[in-house]
Amino acid sequence: MRELTRHRLFWPAAILVVMLLANLIFTPTFFRIELKNGHLYGSLIDILLYGAPLILIALGMTMVIATGGIDLSVGATVAISGALACSIIAEQADQEAVGGVLTAVGLALGLSLVLGFWNGLLVARTGIQPIIATLILMVAGRGVAQLITDGQIITINSDPYELIGGGYLFGFPFAVLVVVVVFAATAVLIRRTALGLLLEAVGGNAEASRLVGIRARRLLVLAYVFCAFCAGIAGLMISSNIRAADGNNAGLWIELDAILAVVIGGTSLMGGRFSLAGTVLGALIIQTLSTTIYTTGVPPQITLVFKAVVVTVVCLIQSPAFRAKAFHRSRPSTPAPSEAEVPA
Amino acid sequence: MLRMTGITKNFPGVRALDGVDFRLLPGEVHALMGENGAGKSTLIKVLTGVHTADSGSVRLDGAPVVIGSPKQAQAAGISTVYQEVNLCSNLTVAENVFIGREPYRFGRIQWKEARRRAAELLERFQLDIDPGAPLGSYSLAVRQLVAIVRAVDISAKVLVLDEPTSSLDRDEVERLFRLMRRLRDDGVAVLFVSHFLDQVFEISDRMTVLRNGRLVGEYETRALSRVELVGHMTGRVLRTLEELHAPREDVRDAIASREPVLAARGLGRKGGVAPFDLDVHPGEVVGFAGLLGSGRTEAARLLFGADGADSGTLEIGGAAAVLRTPGAAIGRGIAFCPEDRKSEGLVEDLTVGENIVLALQAARGWLRPLSASRRAELVGKYIKALNIRPGDPEMPARNLSGGNQQKVLLARWLITQPRLLILDEPTRGVDVGAKAEIQKLVVSLAGDGMGVVFISAELEEVLRISHKIEVLRDREVIAEIANEADATPERLLEIIANGVAR
Repeated sequence: MRELTRHRLFWPAAILVVMLLANLIFTPTFFRIELKNGHLYGSLIDILLYGAPLILIALGMTMVIATGGIDLSVGATVAISGALACSIIAEQADQEAVGGVLTAVGLALGLSLVLGFWNGLLVARTGIQPIIATLILMVAGRGVAQLITDGQIITINSDPYELIGGGYLFGFPFAVLVVVVVFAATAVLIRRTALGLLLEAVGGNAEASRLVGIRARRLLVLAYVFCAFCAGIAGLMISSNIRAADGNNAGLWIELDAILAVVIGGTSLMGGRFSLAGTVLGALIIQTLSTTIYTTGVPPQITLVFKAVVVTVVCLIQSPAFRAKAFHRSRPSTPAPSEAEVPA
Repeated sequence: MLRMTGITKNFPGVRALDGVDFRLLPGEVHALMGENGAGKSTLIKVLTGVHTADSGSVRLDGAPVVIGSPKQAQAAGISTVYQEVNLCSNLTVAENVFIGREPYRFGRIQWKEARRRAAELLERFQLDIDPGAPLGSYSLAVRQLVAIVRAVDISAKVLVLDEPTSSLDRDEVERLFRLMRRLRDDGVAVLFVSHFLDQVFEISDRMTVLRNGRLVGEYETRALSRVELVGHMTGRVLRTLEELHAPREDVRDAIASREPVLAARGLGRKGGVAPFDLDVHPGEVVGFAGLLGSGRTEAARLLFGADGADSGTLEIGGAAAVLRTPGAAIGRGIAFCPEDRKSEGLVEDLTVGENIVLALQAARGWLRPLSASRRAELVGKYIKALNIRPGDPEMPARNLSGGNQQKVLLARWLITQPRLLILDEPTRGVDVGAKAEIQKLVVSLAGDGMGVVFISAELEEVLRISHKIEVLRDREVIAEIANEADATPERLLEIIANGVAR
């Protein structure tokens, strides 16, 4: 048991399970998954579907936070990516043309890479603190998105584009499949190459990493580019889901949810050790919380406070110092041997 | 003025101070001397209330005082100025002098009054500093002077200066000394801690020497020679030396005839170390001897590209090399274990295995990872070869003891099979067993043809394993001596203390 509770993913997983079970009390059908017209439906599917953009962004944010940095500009990147894709599609004679949609998607993701490269250069080359460097794009990016959409909300009507955020493939929501693919690809990239090791070294001890010959600048740029790429995909999903590009509100404050997801997932803001699976759990916790608020009918005027209270409790449960204090009396002064022998 | 009696302080596993007596007279500059770990900083921390002594008493002006916190120390009249000035560089000089005790009138701060009084103070100490200018516009040296003025104005009995001169140049030191003499003449007892022997002899009236947490003695500076002082500090002069196995002369000559793996000519860096020449041959161990702050580390960092040199040239393996980054040095087969394991060596979050492969992986780049089996094989081999304990590659590196952490760093570089290995204090803070293992390892690596630069504050250690020794003092290489029969710790001490016999 002790071994199990010590596992770094134990607390995020436990919190998620408790939250899901709590929903069962209010909504007895919460765990039901149905097949309608060959598509999967259900509250759990909804959580995955609506949580997809957040999971993606949080994955990218994990890489940046692992280096000891932070990326505030992901929300702006979401807006720019969606704005570019929608405005390209809107100008086309045939919005249903797959080729045109692919062009739009490609250009939007390409621009996202450029934005990430810009962040990376600012942080790695000029040594501006990440929070400031990305704050520039966070603010300016909304303006860029407005320029692209001419200050309007561009609505589109394109079935191939709607697939990204709202469509289904093999019965599963397409967005969820995208998340699975990105997660798998990231996990392979991180753990099958030495990227994860080197990122953790740079985030864990920058000076030691320099003296060991790690070219930290390239890694930093790479992390920010990856993060922006994820935000770009999320931007496509969000705009596809609402069939419109809203430069003002798309992805607003999502950077804060993403940072929260990373932290709840057990990655320290100081950098170093990170956990992709933890981040996914963290993002799911946040999305479950939002879904819970809608389904249980928490009055709208207290949703924000309710959310804050739950997040505070989650963070406290995550804190070893708090747990030690809260459970101090029930803990034996010497570890019981029988407990230690139980395998995890 | 101040008398500390029988001060004892234990830390877990270490007795940092053992019954130390210490006294300060009014109107003197008193130097506290000792090697690293002798207990100087602990004594100062007890005196200034950062630590509480386990036993012993402190009397100030004849009356017993209890110093339980830095605040109480200040209230009792003991002020400290640390090496890093703890002032706010965004505020003005006057604001800094009076921060926390601003003159009030009707609940409002009288800034005019504060500026006027600050100007008076600065004038009294003959310092040409504008009280209205932001502190940040002045150099570190001036900030230190302001910190001293502030400290003295708050409480003027005992002033503790901990390594105040380590980052000052010659003129700035002179300015600081003028202020110190002035304070002394005003009756303040100034306690001065410095690694620079020349400065200690220039400024101090008396000194107290500590060694291994014990009091060695209290001396009049005038009546003490430098050799005696260094002898007291290290405790080596009177003790018979362990038998040294200095390398034989013919071996040394054979090594010296090889093509050097590294040749530095006039290599130097302003503010780091004065230009020096150095040849390291394959199979040769070159020792760097000198006190802390003598420039040993700075010299090593230039050889590794950790700092950029601003003068001189470097040849590695016969080819000219300009090292702008450590990566460039590593690519040429140089490895460097830094002095500060925690902040510059180990990545404590990572496991032992990850730390060991880090340098090799960095050289390969992230796209060419070591295969899991190759990695396990390498890590296992070096954990075994260096006897790293516990030998669990998955254990976080932070959980290892100092000696085993050092071995992890050695393993990290040995995996890369360097031509030249630079070790900065590899045996400091390491227990005796691990120390002997590390020394043996260095000798055997050199026997296999690796060039080694070995830096240590322990002269015996340097003499035991080096073929030749560079002696450093005050950021300058002042002598290169072959490790022959007449190379003894005493001779090294004398060179360190007095310079080369002229």
